[in-house]
Amino acid sequence: MDYGVSDAAGGNRQYRAIKILLAGGFGVGKTTLVGAVSEIRPLRTEEPLTEGSLHTDSTFGVEGKTTTTVAMDFGRISLRRDLVLYLFGTPGQQRFWFMWDELAIGALGAVVLADTRRLADSFPAIDYFERRQIPFIVALNCFEGAVRYETEDVRLALDLDPDMPIILCDARSKDSAKEVLITLVEHVLVTASEEPLSGIA
Amino acid sequence: MPSNDERWLDAEAGPVVRPYALTQGRTRHTGESFDLVATVVATRSFADPAALAPEHISVLQLARVPTTVADIASDVDLPLGVVRIILADLRELGLVVISTPVVMAERIDKHTLREVLNGLRGL
Repeated sequence: MDYGVSDAAGGNRQYRAIKILLAGGFGVGKTTLVGAVSEIRPLRTEEPLTEGSLHTDSTFGVEGKTTTTVAMDFGRISLRRDLVLYLFGTPGQQRFWFMWDELAIGALGAVVLADTRRLADSFPAIDYFERRQIPFIVALNCFEGAVRYETEDVRLALDLDPDMPIILCDARSKDSAKEVLITLVEHVLVTASEEPLSGIA
Repeated sequence: MPSNDERWLDAEAGPVVRPYALTQGRTRHTGESFDLVATVVATRSFADPAALAPEHISVLQLARVPTTVADIASDVDLPLGVVRIILADLRELGLVVISTPVVMAERIDKHTLREVLNGLRGL
């Protein structure tokens, strides 16, 4: 049996939930961006800390803690009744990779939201997506008072491929947030077209 | 005889530990794993409300229409880990079916990508 969405005409269409990831350091505007383009909803995850995260994260004061609660930014955009985008914003630090590993499976792609004043905060996220070959783009949130850099300077600083989209955005603006998502989907489409056919040549 | 680690979490201890008290201290669910955007739907099987915790009943009610795991966790306002265990319990009881998202099977196809693009442009 198929658990699709029944429409008014009695038809049965498969419900498609599509994940888009939004990564970036603390305070970079992930919540703002999700809120600008979708209805933001509460979502918490509480996971046991692994031995590894206890050791690598000694400065966080989690010694003796066995679980950690993380609030995710979670937004839903209904494009159609049977086609819904799910935005998941997660912190960029390594210790949250337990969340990313599952979020990334089957995801359309990712947006790395960066602040030019703290570009290094976006390194772990970029490394993560590159290593796992998850298509992503970089969006620079233009904070007031921050020096505007040319995107090409940022590309150099982040060591990104020439065809990797880098766009400037204002996370508070719906249109701008929309443009970020559109840029990602376009990038994924282009990447999909360029991919050589699999198999042995 | 429970081990020292488990002594707080036996059935009679009551909710001394939040929120995993709801799961009798379990942090891992049983059975096949499921994605955050996997769709959950309640079966028509009879459920005895007295045999289920209020949280299990809330989850079951939300799943009367196909709903994703993430949506359920957000609506009942419980951590995902807890909701997963509740869902796995309900699945074991035959009260819900959890199906893999369509797009998980393989990469999202170009047709779907174009639909997403058009949808976003029309927002």
